[in-house]
Order: sequence, then structure tokens, then C-alpha cells
Amino acid sequence: MLIRRAPDVRSSEITPEQLYFGRREFIAAASAAALDLAAPAAARASVRPRADDKPNSFEDITHYNNFYEFGTDKEDPAKHAGSLKTSPWKVEVSGLVAKPGHYDLDDLLHGQTIEERIYRHRCVEAWSMVIPWNGFPLRSLINRFEPRSQAKYVEFTTLLDPQQMPGQRSGVLPWPYVEGLRMDEAMHPLTLVVTGLYGRALPNQNGAPLRIHVPWKYGFKSAKSLVRIRFVEEQPANTWNVTAPAEYGFYANVNPTVDHPRWSQARERRIGEFLRRPTLMFNGYGDQVASLYAGMDLRRNF
Amino acid sequence: MPSPKTVKKAAKIAVFLACLLPLALLLADLFGGRLGADPIRASELRTGQAGLILLVVTLAVTPLRRFTGWNWLGGYRRMLGLFAFSYICLHFLVWLGVDQFFALKYIGQDIVKRPYITVGFASFLLMIPLAITSSSRMVRRLGKRWAQLHALVYVSALGGIIHFVWEVKADLGEPTTYGLIVVALLMLRFVPREAFGFHRRPKPVRRPAASA
Repeated sequence: MLIRRAPDVRSSEITPEQLYFGRREFIAAASAAALDLAAPAAARASVRPRADDKPNSFEDITHYNNFYEFGTDKEDPAKHAGSLKTSPWKVEVSGLVAKPGHYDLDDLLHGQTIEERIYRHRCVEAWSMVIPWNGFPLRSLINRFEPRSQAKYVEFTTLLDPQQMPGQRSGVLPWPYVEGLRMDEAMHPLTLVVTGLYGRALPNQNGAPLRIHVPWKYGFKSAKSLVRIRFVEEQPANTWNVTAPAEYGFYANVNPTVDHPRWSQARERRIGEFLRRPTLMFNGYGDQVASLYAGMDLRRNF
Repeated sequence: MPSPKTVKKAAKIAVFLACLLPLALLLADLFGGRLGADPIRASELRTGQAGLILLVVTLAVTPLRRFTGWNWLGGYRRMLGLFAFSYICLHFLVWLGVDQFFALKYIGQDIVKRPYITVGFASFLLMIPLAITSSSRMVRRLGKRWAQLHALVYVSALGGIIHFVWEVKADLGEPTTYGLIVVALLMLRFVPREAFGFHRRPKPVRRPAASA
């Protein structure tokens, strides 16, 4: 006999995208004044998407992913990420901090206010999306660990487990995936710890249960499914830079004037659009982040 | 029992339809919304892949014929080659007209500055004279030079594989596989047919020498 089980989330419970975005106006109207006073200026500016930034559909965001831990095709992560077990989940915090340790996910999220940030996401492969993330600024997490003054960089490590991540059974990349940010980049109010999208728990193929998103950098800088955050003095060796140093740098800031050796970065295809659109310096976040790189040669530090 | 002629004709139609299958599947997936979030890129990948596979199959015809003695295989070579060329034309046109939308400035820059596009474009151009000289009349007219000219298909195939290798970021499995097959097929050209023991001509029967 077939025993039918109701799905965990009934389709009637999922908020349609139009309503989901409509609710913003309601909330905005109700609490505009309070919000405006509370949020720091930079974060407030970032939360507002540009006029032509229409969020991509949940379907596109969750079925067009570069997450080589689950295979190299864009559809592979959606197909294979079901084997990832996101609970229980621990994150090791180590290096130059006053409060190192193995933290439970619940511990890390405790006391954080989850907000929505609609961010442009630009892949180094010259395509882009607009994604309504849910999360909180990385700085409010980092502050809790009390990094020492010698800590100049933060290193992020993705889970290594070929049992759960079938893509790691092949040697396309040296596993585990490692990324890093300069301390001031990590502490920037735009840098987000992501725990969900479209108001739902973060799907495995998007880096559950915990990832970061750095919207002014190419997507590969935003490490997924984090198990370790390490504070270090030296610049971390990030995976794509180790794999192909001439093609992927440490900084990887979105920059239409510096081409990838194999393709142009001047334009991008926004997923869902027909014509390519011009790529914006720092992915359009220059007003907020350009000062981080004052005096730096961005052609050399690509 | 159908006549050998009918069988031959039916087989040709079957191969023709099989060659159309990648296009039919692509169109079905396109209109069925199954090409994913970036249908343009998916179309480029699938037309390029179909072209490369058909090119490899075309290159396999002659070695297979030589070592098996199935001379009828030769009758499919032109059709397979022209289908390979058609898919690569389509691959080029999707890039030119849909992906780049005839943005000539960027197209020119890409062809000059991006090695993978340079080599892909050159390999495509190289196939054009081969397609033009594929008719029976041209085969007769060019005589010995026809075979020399058409040896260029190996350059085109290897160029296509380099195009593929330089395009992918890290996963070299698929282009390497095609590369090894093409190199193997090329090397088979230099192996004498007798080495395989197939299709050896029967030795003339010799009478025992008369004893003196």
C-alpha cells in the first residue's frame, strides 16, 4: 500500500513572488521612518536595488549554480546537493581571535537579525543574477569572535566530505574550497552572511546552511557551506587563484576594464534577458566600496 | 525480402534522421523550456557538441572501412561530414546572432583577443572549402588533390578540440576524451591494414615446385 505523506511545505504555504515583493511596500509604509533612522547609510543604500534590477526567479537561482562540489554542470548542484546534511552543523573559528572554538550553527545565528538584501551577483563567466538573500552582515558575526589586531585577512573553508559532496570525488579542483577576504572587506557593511533566499531556508545547492556573499566581487569569492573561518596575518591562498593564477586573482573585484584572459568582462548576460548589458565597476557598488582600494593598481591586483 | 537497393536506401534515410536528432532534441527542449536558466549558452554548448561528435564519427568512417572491409561505410562519409559542418555553422550563428546579437565591435575583439574563439573561428573557416568541394563533381575534378585538401579536416577537428579545452574552466574530461579519439583515428591512418589481420587478400595458391 502506498502511504502518502504530505510534503513538508505545502505549495499553498509558499508565498508567491509577487506578493513576497509586495509585502515590502506594506512594511516600508508602516515603518519607513523607524527603519531609516536605524540602518547605517551604506547598508540602506545597498538594500535598495537599482531600478532595472528585477530579482531572478527562485527556480533560476536554485537551478543555475556553480558549486563544483556537486558537479561542474550548472544543473548538477540542484540534482546532487540533496546528499548534503546541513544539520547538525558546526563552524570552526580559529586563528588570531580571542574567542576561537567550534560553534554550533544555532550559536552563530543566535541574536542576529535576519534582513533581506537584494544583491546583484556577477559570475566571472560573464553572467549575472539578482538575488533576494536573507542574512546579516558578516561584521556582526566577526565582532563576536574578537579578532586580534594582527588579523589582516579572513579565510573561509567549505566542507570537505566526498560522501556528501560527490563532485569532490573528482580532482577538478584541489579540495576543500578555500576563499579569503581582506579584513576591511570582510568588515564592510555590504558583506553578507547568507542563511536564506526568497524568505526560505537556503537551499543546499546555494551553499546551505551558511555562506557569504560579497556583491562587488566575482561569485567565486563568495564561499559556500562554510565549516571554518580562520583569522590570519598572511593573504590566504584561494582555490581558483591556486588553480589558475593568471586567470583568477585574490581580489576578483568586478571590473569591466580588466578582461579575463579568455573572455571579456565588459558585458554580461543577466539571466533571463536576451541582450548583454554593460558590466558596472564594482558590480555597481562603487560608491560604497571603491575607497577600500584607493591607490591600488586594480589591473595588477585583479 | 527487400532488395539490397531498398535496404541501402532505408539505411541512408535512417542515418539522415539520426543526424537530425540533436537538432530536434534541442528545439524540443527550447520550446519545452528545458534548456535551463541560460538557454542561449545551452544552445551554444549543444550545437558545438553535436558538431564535434559528428566530426569524430566522420573521421572514424575511413579507418573503420579499411580495417573491416565494410566498403559500404564509405557511402555515409559525405553526409556525416556535411551534418558536422551544419551543426558547427549553427553553433557559430547562435554565437554571432543570438549570444552577441551582431555586436560587431565585440565580435571582432573576441575573434582577435580570445584564443579559444580565434582557434574555433579558424577551424570553422577551414571547413568551408571542404564543404564546398564535397560534391561528386568536385571529387572527380580535383582528383588526387581532393584527398590532400580534405586531410585538412584533421586540422579542423583538432582546432575544435583546442577551442573546447581553452573554453572550459577546470573540467577537462570531455574535451580530452574527444582529443584522444581524434589522435587515435589520425594515427590509425598510418597503420597498414594488414597489421590488424582483417581483410587480407587471399594468397595466390602456389603449386608445389616440381621436383627436379
